[in-house]
Amino acid sequence: MVGIKVKLVTGRSLYQGTYKEKGKTSDEYIRVVSECQMDPEDMRKLGIREGEPVRVKTAYGSVVLRAVKTPEGPHPGVIFIPYGPWANVVVNPETHGTGMPSYKGVDAEVEPAPGEKVLDLVELLKSTYRRQ
Amino acid sequence: MVTVSSVVCPVCGCLCDDLEVEIENGRIIAVRNACSVGEAKFLNYWKHRNKPMVRKNGELIEVSIDEAIRKAAEILAEAKYPILYGWSSTTCEAIKVGLELAEELGGVIDNTATVCHGPSLLAIQDVGYPGFTLGQSRHRFDLVIYWGSNPWSAHFRDLDRYSAFSEGRFQISAWRRAFAKVYARIAAKKMNAASKRTAAKYAVSPPFGSELVDTLLREDRKLVVVDVRRTATAFKADYFLQVKPNKDFELLQAFRVLVKDGELDVDEVAGVPVELMEEVVDVMINCRVGVLYFGVGLTMSKGKIRNIEAAINLTKELNARTKFHILPMRGHYNVTGANVVFAWTTGFPYAVDFSHGYPYYNPGETSVVDILCRGETDASLVIASDPVANFPKKAVKEMVSNPLIAIDPAPTPTTLMADVVIPAAYAGIEAPGTAYRMDHVPISLRKVVEPPPGCIPDEVIVKRILNEVRRLRRG
Repeated sequence: MVGIKVKLVTGRSLYQGTYKEKGKTSDEYIRVVSECQMDPEDMRKLGIREGEPVRVKTAYGSVVLRAVKTPEGPHPGVIFIPYGPWANVVVNPETHGTGMPSYKGVDAEVEPAPGEKVLDLVELLKSTYRRQ
Repeated sequence: MVTVSSVVCPVCGCLCDDLEVEIENGRIIAVRNACSVGEAKFLNYWKHRNKPMVRKNGELIEVSIDEAIRKAAEILAEAKYPILYGWSSTTCEAIKVGLELAEELGGVIDNTATVCHGPSLLAIQDVGYPGFTLGQSRHRFDLVIYWGSNPWSAHFRDLDRYSAFSEGRFQISAWRRAFAKVYARIAAKKMNAASKRTAAKYAVSPPFGSELVDTLLREDRKLVVVDVRRTATAFKADYFLQVKPNKDFELLQAFRVLVKDGELDVDEVAGVPVELMEEVVDVMINCRVGVLYFGVGLTMSKGKIRNIEAAINLTKELNARTKFHILPMRGHYNVTGANVVFAWTTGFPYAVDFSHGYPYYNPGETSVVDILCRGETDASLVIASDPVANFPKKAVKEMVSNPLIAIDPAPTPTTLMADVVIPAAYAGIEAPGTAYRMDHVPISLRKVVEPPPGCIPDEVIVKRILNEVRRLRRG
């Protein structure tokens, strides 16, 4: 599968913030934090459509997410994942002596992941941390 | 039905204190004046609640609160180097007891600033910063810059109450400005006609010049947004500068050159055309009072502390030309309070290590993510925070491989992974206390409803754990 190189930015989105208050185990929260917001141009390059699974890979891990068209574009070459357990798998834990991991501007690769499933919260925690 | 006014919203650093909630049968049924996040918290807080639980044979089993507290104290008393993390979504009173517990245990205590504005605190310690209170922002500032911050998603009412769209004594709001313009035009026509009549009748120069009309028509209060994506805030901005990821430092330094009347021999810096930068610098220099609000876009990307230093230095240099302020946009409602209480108790705002017997501070060494990534800890207590949903995988793996105690009102990924879960009352809804707004103004949180049976305030929980630890250690 051919992927494209992108910069990964994670952050707060309005829906992530709202649904986290509705409950961090609620379906809405899980749906919002397991999405990967992409530029339409990048989605065309990869031949994927809204809602299809993509695999995001960095030097620190890889995770399957749902691709969605970014509401805050255009930003070709940049993907956005809202803060949450899914984003954690791929961010850079290096703090460069400040205590602060690198949550934004991480080198990543995105590729289509046809047939792969976006894990739910418990499955993700189980497969990543082997507990619960 | 009872209506309670002046309720403080315990969500983000804005700590809006003008909420109205309606209570029926001990439950909040309606909220007014809150943003969508605040409203979601007040309307949903009661739906999902934790029970006191302890993990036995790999399963979380419901126990009594006394047993959960006892188990937590046992874990902590046995640990050699425990970490106590969170503290930003609870009251200052609870944080104070938490520091006492950290000292007793000889562990590390850290708050969420470590993965939020920790680099900002380091930069502020290095170069200082010209701060202000949000009231000044509301009433006076005529230039608002958001850099690496998206208040439309994270501090919704900051725009409305304190900055670009707010209504102040010397600044009318964006909405009223539109009406004011129409009225000013009508007034200008009438005055012109009147002054012409006066001038014609008495053969003197018109009493009203065009200045007054100009003042009424002037575009007050500009909004500038610098971000890697065209965020919802950017759509409302007068100027939007789309910076490339990890290039904020270059852009800030280039701005410093322009503010000092230097010249840039390139067409663009960090993806931003120099022509646009020059236009924005003109706006910065010609404003009466400006403010640079910066978010975690600067602290989390390449450069981290250096980005903030550059931003503070830019503000300093702008102060040679006009009046300018800077403020970090704090996320959790009491993360500022956590920094303040940590600082007045130990001398340091976060990442405080008590293992030497005295407070020791060296972010990068004593900050939780670094300790976890080096695999040095042997137990964790997490309070009012959700590191499993917010720490990098490597750190979470280490955290959950050791005993984990979670104190939280609601189920979160952290409580799902914990060994001991202690339910707390929601501070600011079910428990009173003190919190600090992001501009360091302390505000009293109100208790508006009774907590469900068995849920006690964070302060009481931590105090009981501390007493239990003392009993176990000293006999």
